Amino acid sequence: MKCEELLRMMNEYVDGSAVPGVCEEFEKHLAGCNPCQVVVDNIRKTITLYKNGQIYELPVGVHDRLHDCLRKRWQEKSR
Amino acid sequence: MREVADNELVGRAKTGELAAFEELVSRYERRVYSLALRMLRNEHDAEDVTQQAFLSALESLTGFREEASFSTWLLRITAHAALKVIRKRKGLPTVSLEEATEPQEGYDTVPHPEYIADWRLSPEKLAGQNETGRLIEEALAQLDEKHRLVFLLRDVEGLSVKETAGATGISEANVKVRLLRARLQLREQLTQTFGDEATRMKPHEH
Repeated sequence: MKCEELLRMMNEYVDGSAVPGVCEEFEKHLAGCNPCQVVVDNIRKTITLYKNGQIYELPVGVHDRLHDCLRKRWQEKSR
Repeated sequence: MREVADNELVGRAKTGELAAFEELVSRYERRVYSLALRMLRNEHDAEDVTQQAFLSALESLTGFREEASFSTWLLRITAHAALKVIRKRKGLPTVSLEEATEPQEGYDTVPHPEYIADWRLSPEKLAGQNETGRLIEEALAQLDEKHRLVFLLRDVEGLSVKETAGATGISEANVKVRLLRARLQLREQLTQTFGDEATRMKPHEH
């Protein structure tokens, strides 16, 4: 498998959803290609960083304004 | 006390129980806000979109099929609302979600890795550093909004490829291509930031 093909299969490999044949090809290529190994590692680390990134706290007032607005609309609709 | 499932709350909200709807909102408001904020990079706009998304959910509740996933549905509404704001900023007319996300010629090409190096620290150690949050948000902001959206839904929100396709109105094949592009772009930028220059190597010539 050439680097170009590998790049296209990158998602599947990183997500663990590559079919066994492709997975094997991928691993074979990686075994002999250091840059590609590092790229795969970089991608995994990138995803991890974002996955563990924060869910933002609502700034002050947002929750109250949101619920007030929704309550109002709800009551308008039930008239 | 067992936690009430989303769909049970939806069912109760449909019969007129406001408290059930508000419980749903409380469950998802931070996630909706976070998605909006990462798409729009502006707290005021993010709050607007958050309100719009939940108002939209409120209005469409009667039509919502309880077997479907409430969270995916809500994220779809949020995505559409956020894209609307972005289009407005660019002076473009409002369109359907499918039109807002449709592929363009040459748009989804896969960028070849240029800067290749080991990262100086593990993601866990990086996460503990003050600068990291800002740096990763900045990298995310560099992405085109259509690629950013797919990355946020799939890799940050954890939706499946199929759910992401449903939430964005594009095909699964397009989700994969955009996701790949997003991941590679982010990898490129973050490796320039976090990479150990001493370990830098050339892309392999085959």
